[in-house]
Amino acid sequence: MDRRRFLKTTGLTLAAGTGVLSAPFVARAQNAPIRIGLMAPQTGVVAAGGREIIDGFSLFWESAGNQAGGRKVEIIVEDDASNPDTALQKARRLVEQAKVDMLFGNLLANTGLAVANYVKGNGTPYFIPVIAADDLTQRARIKNVIRAGGYSASQFPRPLADWALKQGYRKVAMISQDYTFGHEQCGGFAQTFTEGGGAVVGQFWHPLNTSDFSPYLGQIAGLNADVVFAMETGADATRLIQQYASFGLKEQIPLLGAQNSTDQSVIRTMGPECEGIVTSAHFAEGADLPATQAFVKTYSDKFGKIPSLYAFSHYVGAMWVAKAIATINGKVEDRDVFLETVLKTDLPDSPLGKPVRFDDYGNPIYDVVIRKTAKNKDGKFWNVPIATYPQVSQFWKYDPAVYMKQPPYSRDFQGIKKA
Amino acid sequence: MGINLFQILNGLTFAALLFIVASGFTLIFGLLRIVNLAHGALYLVGGLAGYSAAKASGSFVLGALAAMALMAALGAVLDRGLLSFVRGVELRQVLLTLGVALILDDIGLVIWGGDTFSVPVPQALRGAMRVGSVMYPKYRIFVLVLGLLVFIALWLLLNKTRLGALIRAGVDDPEMVEAMGINIRRVFLGTFMLGAALAGLGGVIGGAFLTLYPSADAEILVFSLAVVIIGGRGSLAGAALGALLVGLLNAIGQVMFPELAYFVIFGPMALLLAFRPLGLFGRAA
Amino acid sequence: MRAAPLSPAAASPELPIRKSRALPWIALVLLALALLPMILPSYQVSIATQVLIFSVLAMSIDILAGFAGRTSLGHGAIFGVSSYVAIYWTSTMGGDIWIGIALGILAATTLAGVFAALAIRTTGVYFLLLTLALGMIVWGVCLRWTAVTGGENGLRGIGRPAFIADHVSFYYAVLITVAPLTWVMWRLVHSPFGLTLRGIRDSENRMRSLGYNVPLHLFLAFVVSGFFAGVAGGLYVLFNNFVSPSTVQLSQSVSGLLMAITGGIGTLLGSFVGAAAIIVLENAVSAYTARWPSVLGLAFVLIMIFAPEGVVGRARILLVRRRSRPSTQRRSGG
Repeated sequence: MDRRRFLKTTGLTLAAGTGVLSAPFVARAQNAPIRIGLMAPQTGVVAAGGREIIDGFSLFWESAGNQAGGRKVEIIVEDDASNPDTALQKARRLVEQAKVDMLFGNLLANTGLAVANYVKGNGTPYFIPVIAADDLTQRARIKNVIRAGGYSASQFPRPLADWALKQGYRKVAMISQDYTFGHEQCGGFAQTFTEGGGAVVGQFWHPLNTSDFSPYLGQIAGLNADVVFAMETGADATRLIQQYASFGLKEQIPLLGAQNSTDQSVIRTMGPECEGIVTSAHFAEGADLPATQAFVKTYSDKFGKIPSLYAFSHYVGAMWVAKAIATINGKVEDRDVFLETVLKTDLPDSPLGKPVRFDDYGNPIYDVVIRKTAKNKDGKFWNVPIATYPQVSQFWKYDPAVYMKQPPYSRDFQGIKKA
Repeated sequence: MGINLFQILNGLTFAALLFIVASGFTLIFGLLRIVNLAHGALYLVGGLAGYSAAKASGSFVLGALAAMALMAALGAVLDRGLLSFVRGVELRQVLLTLGVALILDDIGLVIWGGDTFSVPVPQALRGAMRVGSVMYPKYRIFVLVLGLLVFIALWLLLNKTRLGALIRAGVDDPEMVEAMGINIRRVFLGTFMLGAALAGLGGVIGGAFLTLYPSADAEILVFSLAVVIIGGRGSLAGAALGALLVGLLNAIGQVMFPELAYFVIFGPMALLLAFRPLGLFGRAA
Repeated sequence: MRAAPLSPAAASPELPIRKSRALPWIALVLLALALLPMILPSYQVSIATQVLIFSVLAMSIDILAGFAGRTSLGHGAIFGVSSYVAIYWTSTMGGDIWIGIALGILAATTLAGVFAALAIRTTGVYFLLLTLALGMIVWGVCLRWTAVTGGENGLRGIGRPAFIADHVSFYYAVLITVAPLTWVMWRLVHSPFGLTLRGIRDSENRMRSLGYNVPLHLFLAFVVSGFFAGVAGGLYVLFNNFVSPSTVQLSQSVSGLLMAITGGIGTLLGSFVGAAAIIVLENAVSAYTARWPSVLGLAFVLIMIFAPEGVVGRARILLVRRRSRPSTQRRSGG
């Protein structure tokens, strides 16, 4: 009768399931390997970036012999599918089933936030080389979340705004993806630009995955701006750059952007339409620094492409944490000591090319490079430095306590100083 | 923000692309009565394959032809290989194509890596040209013209050829056609391959100005569904009208109500389905 | 277009189980489920809880698909809306969690009513596409209405009440909620109302000519189905403590439908098997590869070709065949 069959099938399924599920459950031994849970979007709209996160991260560990502080290092990779529900589910699995010692990764801000709030509750160290939501190291700081190799969204556009003012630009039109990452980058730019005497003549927010920028480009053309700042990522960046050129704006108004707009993940499949765009970041893959070029060469030889932000950040992040692990001789189980050590670790010789250290809030202080897209000797496009701003923290020139009193950047608050 | 010639042209050119893709979808839906949820995946994978072919050969046309040929072949495999096992039960066919879509999409991710790809536009079509009072990208005008050409070609096929007559008869009454001794299966296969080829063509054409990326298949599928639902099953005129409506609504929606992006299209589609399920030109089964 | 049932099993004769024969088996199943936390590690218990919660979603889909013959791709949205309302009430408005969950269920039921009012006129693939479109509208709203839904960041919950905070106690709480719910659903689909639904599924015209108010029955079935999807959404809030547009996305509806199909459309209890199969499979596959979408797609394809009536549905067919073989005097159905 069917109920017996049902029972049998259920029983068998559960038994099989238990066996399958319990498999990765590892008993902890004294010299057990350090387990790192790496979450990256292996499927979904940002899968390409996810691939590079894994490649960059693994490249470091391979070069370090898969060990740190005298212990073997095991990396468990999980797909966050470019969405926060899955990211949360995988974080739980990594922490509760695979019993990892720390979490790393994620790409999209909303996935990072979901995981950050999860680890807030259980203290697992979580390192985010790419998740840039400002408040994670500011007003809503979580002490076990550290941006190893990472940055806060509003950190880099500020020196760019300063540089723009120095070039004589006084009127900026801004176009950005309409979500927190965009709001924060634009806010960083707008606040510094207006505090330095400039004016924002127009701000355009568009939904993610906009295929048609002509409504915005049409209006920008009529605003009489000296310069345009575009905060775009992924396919939106590709399309904006293409349409900026095909609608004729490229010859009329110089284009500035967030580093994501001209990241390798965008420009490596593009042609001359992406030339001459100025952005700011903590590295430039075309920088003539030995450490940078060595990394670029190793990565290109292995993966056939010039490394992007995702690869750089996760390599650097892994390197940074590995150094801290070495300092404490591999004893990552003592989380407070581990986290403290990470924050006190300086990294003088990473592919970024310049020494880096943490501020008091878990965010690194960088020498920010103003960079421009140009052709390299192989005819491919990459970013070369044209100016440097030393020791830029997430707070720019503001006092942290004072800065954090102002509200976080949003669509409504862009820090614009009225003339 | 007001609507200007720019946005209207954008709506029209997007409508042209939608028509190319949705015409294939409506043919398959009309004749085989299969809602091919893998149509978007055929668009994406076809586009990616066309991109690789165009890059390798340096020819846009070759890329487009390669995409169409490959997708037609894939369509044949899909029809003969998988769908043949589930003939007759519509919902089973639909859900099977959903499974195929998931697989194809993942294969695309594995082979091409998930980057955003832009099919290279032929030199002659780069840059802008004057249209009325605005400077408009030449390539998009080409898409508009191509959409019209595809419409004419399909119209001629359906109305002036024997195959077309068979297809139209089959849309109305497949049993009758079978009873007349015609091998309806071959007509079905041919139609499926044609529909798939159109999706592949759409992928290359769309890939040049909208770019190709992992979720592009779901997006175009959703638009195609709206077009075919609004226009009616199996109707070419319906697909054209539906594409126009959806294309223009999308362009206007993006400008006037960017917050309500999908609602502007799905609202009318849902209402139409609720009150006139057959769409504007659809016939009952 | 005729409303073809998804699978033959849905149209196959029911096997009436005499209550006295069924009771010991039911007790055994419940006992096994109750003993589960003693043999599974803590994290795996949370997976079992997840299976129970999604079984309710799958069963709600089955009520419509298996018994009323209407396959929906919008139940993920109904499920997710319940979660959104509950979390909004607790996190944003600072209200009580139980009231929040009740409001969520109310919202889901109402949304199902709206869907039903629009979808009742359609059948088959058109019904599928309409519910898909409606689900997409809900998703679009959840994605864009940032002020209320948190946009793509989603909303965080306030955590579970202390008495069910750990995996094991929560599992038991869900178990003692899901068991009676299942019983209610079972009674419902075997009630006269349920029989009417099956009549409508098999032949709408005949039911109409017999004088049944078909649209009203379908409307009620959809609303009831939405109610149970809403309950699953409420349990999900306690389980996940987080909701985002992914919760209402099409993939949620697809996943729920696949669970119902895998277990067997029209069997109701098959949903447990289906949910267990899909969730356990996902856990197993994801540990080794990122190709879960391919595996899921393949599962869809294989099930549609080889076992569209699902695990339990197939078991039932084999059983009917076995029973009807030996003696013609043995009653095998009715």
